[in-house]
Amino acid sequence: MSSIIHGAGAATTTLSTFNSIDSKILVAPSRTNLSVRSQRYIVAGSDASKKKNFVSGLRVRHSQKLIPNAVATKEADTSASTGHELLLFEALQEGLEEEMDRDPHVCVMGEDVGHYGGSYKVTKGLADKFGDLRVLDTPICENAFTGMGIGAAMTGLRPVIEGMNMGFLLLAFNQISNNCGMLHYTSGGQFTIPVVIRGPGGVGRQLGAEHSQRLESYFQSIPGIQMVACSTPYNAKGLMKAAIRSENPVILFEHVLLYNLKEKIPDEDYICNLEEAEMVRPGEHITILTYSRMRYHVMQAAKTLVNKGYDPEVIDIRSLKPFDLHTIGNSVKKTHRVLIVEECMRTGGIGASLTAAINENFHDYLDSPVMCLSSQDVPTPYAGTLEEWTVVQPAQIVTAVEQLCQ
Amino acid sequence: MALHLRSSPSLKSTFLNILRQNLGFGSRSHVTRHIRQNLPHDPPLRGSQNPIRRFCNTMAEPETLSSFGQHEDARNHQVMDFPGGKVAFTPEIRFISESDSERVPCYRVLDDNGQLITNSQFVQVSEEVAVKIYSDMVTLQIMDNIFYEAQRQGRLSFYATAIGEEAINIASAAALTPQDVIFPQYREPGVLLWRGFTLQEFANQCFGNKSDYGKGRQMPVHYGSNKLNYFTVSATIATQLPNAVGAAYSLKMDRKDACAVTYFGDGGTSEGDFHAALNFAAVMEAPVIFICRNNGWAISTPTSDQFRSDGVVVKGRAYGIRSIRVDGNDALAMYSAVHTARGMAISEQRPILIEALTYRVGHHSTSDDSTRYRSADEIEWWNKARNPLSRFRTWIESNGWWSDEAESDLRSRIKKEMLEALRVAEKTEKPNLKNMFSDVYDVPPSNLMEQELLVRQTIDSHPQDYPTDVPL
Repeated sequence: MSSIIHGAGAATTTLSTFNSIDSKILVAPSRTNLSVRSQRYIVAGSDASKKKNFVSGLRVRHSQKLIPNAVATKEADTSASTGHELLLFEALQEGLEEEMDRDPHVCVMGEDVGHYGGSYKVTKGLADKFGDLRVLDTPICENAFTGMGIGAAMTGLRPVIEGMNMGFLLLAFNQISNNCGMLHYTSGGQFTIPVVIRGPGGVGRQLGAEHSQRLESYFQSIPGIQMVACSTPYNAKGLMKAAIRSENPVILFEHVLLYNLKEKIPDEDYICNLEEAEMVRPGEHITILTYSRMRYHVMQAAKTLVNKGYDPEVIDIRSLKPFDLHTIGNSVKKTHRVLIVEECMRTGGIGASLTAAINENFHDYLDSPVMCLSSQDVPTPYAGTLEEWTVVQPAQIVTAVEQLCQ
Repeated sequence: MALHLRSSPSLKSTFLNILRQNLGFGSRSHVTRHIRQNLPHDPPLRGSQNPIRRFCNTMAEPETLSSFGQHEDARNHQVMDFPGGKVAFTPEIRFISESDSERVPCYRVLDDNGQLITNSQFVQVSEEVAVKIYSDMVTLQIMDNIFYEAQRQGRLSFYATAIGEEAINIASAAALTPQDVIFPQYREPGVLLWRGFTLQEFANQCFGNKSDYGKGRQMPVHYGSNKLNYFTVSATIATQLPNAVGAAYSLKMDRKDACAVTYFGDGGTSEGDFHAALNFAAVMEAPVIFICRNNGWAISTPTSDQFRSDGVVVKGRAYGIRSIRVDGNDALAMYSAVHTARGMAISEQRPILIEALTYRVGHHSTSDDSTRYRSADEIEWWNKARNPLSRFRTWIESNGWWSDEAESDLRSRIKKEMLEALRVAEKTEKPNLKNMFSDVYDVPPSNLMEQELLVRQTIDSHPQDYPTDVPL
């Protein structure tokens, strides 16, 4: 019996409340209002007779709506206003612009963020609007401009530091770990460092080993920082805004391949809670935890799984540090099976930490070992076919679920 | 055709030269006489379009012609428009030397005996300021000695002195205003002292008791005070330089009448952050003063093993930064240099680099015994012959602002205050255990609350393994 009591309490909440609702901020209802779920037998154990129960449950489920797309679409929200459609990088830009309008202390610094508009166009148009001091083009030295952002933050600004690729921030590790993460603590709380460090990471399309890194693995140990990963235009904008408003240093992980995702987001002001996970698809059989681009591979697999009769619960953990063990815990207590799908490498990734956290906290609720699908411990190859094989594919996710649900 | 009048001796000879060149009368670009020393401005494009002139480069010219003409004709007249300005060509394969024949001179105002050097330029200080500078230098010296002894006696865990560098510490602080933000390395407690940090506050941080503003989290000498605009010391070398540039950027955005000031040693200039910060500051036109305490040693590494340039001052030019070399043990020169630099930094919105030559009389820290790598004679010589306190004392005494009596009064008073501060700090309670987990974030998250609970449970079950002086 673990002596660590999970602080958030054991209250079980129904699925419909798994929205990104922060009671203080107006938030449009999230995408969790999906298909109606029928009564099910929750099956423990893995022998063949029990498997029948799945099948019997299936007959009921066939009358339910099947997931038509990999991306869970938002239902028509009666309370939402018209909303507007945009791409993920535009959502990030919108969030950034709104925060810069709202607070004159917010500024941006990084390489090519000014008149060039940013390598991924996230800062497009901002230099024209706010001037090139507030949207600052820096020389090429990640450690220096991260250090600069920290110094500026200690004197009252709220910098948003862009790494052109997350991998480049390895050069800024000294400043991020020693100064960003620690100075609030070592100064006795005298100096706060409300920076946002953001940039694209993850495996792209043949970008080569150096440009396909998953920095969340390396940063996750640093005390004093928070890490979040966005995956949809909705949460990208919400997390960007929340990160800027946070007093803690926040690292916002974007993904190179998700910048052109399109979605309709609310017109009104909203933020997403930095420490909350997002329920993508409620389910009963198995909890699949994922984040960033892997969310889409999981949802793709979910389509197949549903057609095969499984009911996976998909949670986009979003908050990489700290983990939202409340949401995750409730899910584990319901499904008793966990599959983690991540893009990090097998050794020392987010999945490894999450596996440990779940085993430690929810061991008694698990019917099978936590399974974690990750990339191999290899530098990402350039060859397209090989690169594809380093990233977890939907077929592997389906196989893993079938294996776990036996 | 622009007339380049900067070095022209007479208009007539200039005009003649123009005439000569436009009429195609021979180039003056004698092969061996074309070197133009560091002329930053664009020479006029005269005659460069004339096709004949391109191949006329061996005509000798009489020595009597104007130097202006020599500069112009002594080149091949083709120039290249390149980002940053026009670049002249040269047919000679000549490298810029790795060092000048003469080292950059060092600005000083008081000689080794504390006498004012004639015709010296300096910023006048009032009696009040001069006496405070000297008193604070004495205070710093006494504080350092007593804390060092306390560590040797086992009362403190660690200490690093600034002996020998008191003038840099105090005089530079005196030339700044309280709004200037300081990013120290770790050998600049004098700046805090000048701004009003009390001996008790220093002692509290060194003992890590509950009155320490750092809440007992850091090792001794890692002071910080947001009230006094002195940013908490981060042990990593040179990371404070980019931080200072960021602060200067912030001040620039707010158009404040203040600058950022950062200190570092000769060893710190090898770090990448030094180079990047200087480059950034120049490009951003940030009002930041970089003060290098070149004290000859980086733990056991002498400057000859640290860099091969003429010290640190010449590196400023590489980044486009105005620089000066100062005698770091001359308080009056330090004051004047920093005062002037501050004016330039703020009014011209530019960074300034100051290299203060000094000597680290003490060991690197209490974990070091410097006699293992340097001679005791060397230390002794700098401590006696180049002592910053005695030089400045001579000067203020010569102005009638100080006396032996004032000296002994001050020393006995400070010593008493220091011993009292030590006594009180030692007795003061340590911070509560909860401070181990607070301030990691703005609000303790659930995992940290759990971990604190676990620690407390462990202490409950094994109280004998837990120190008795840390309140729970």
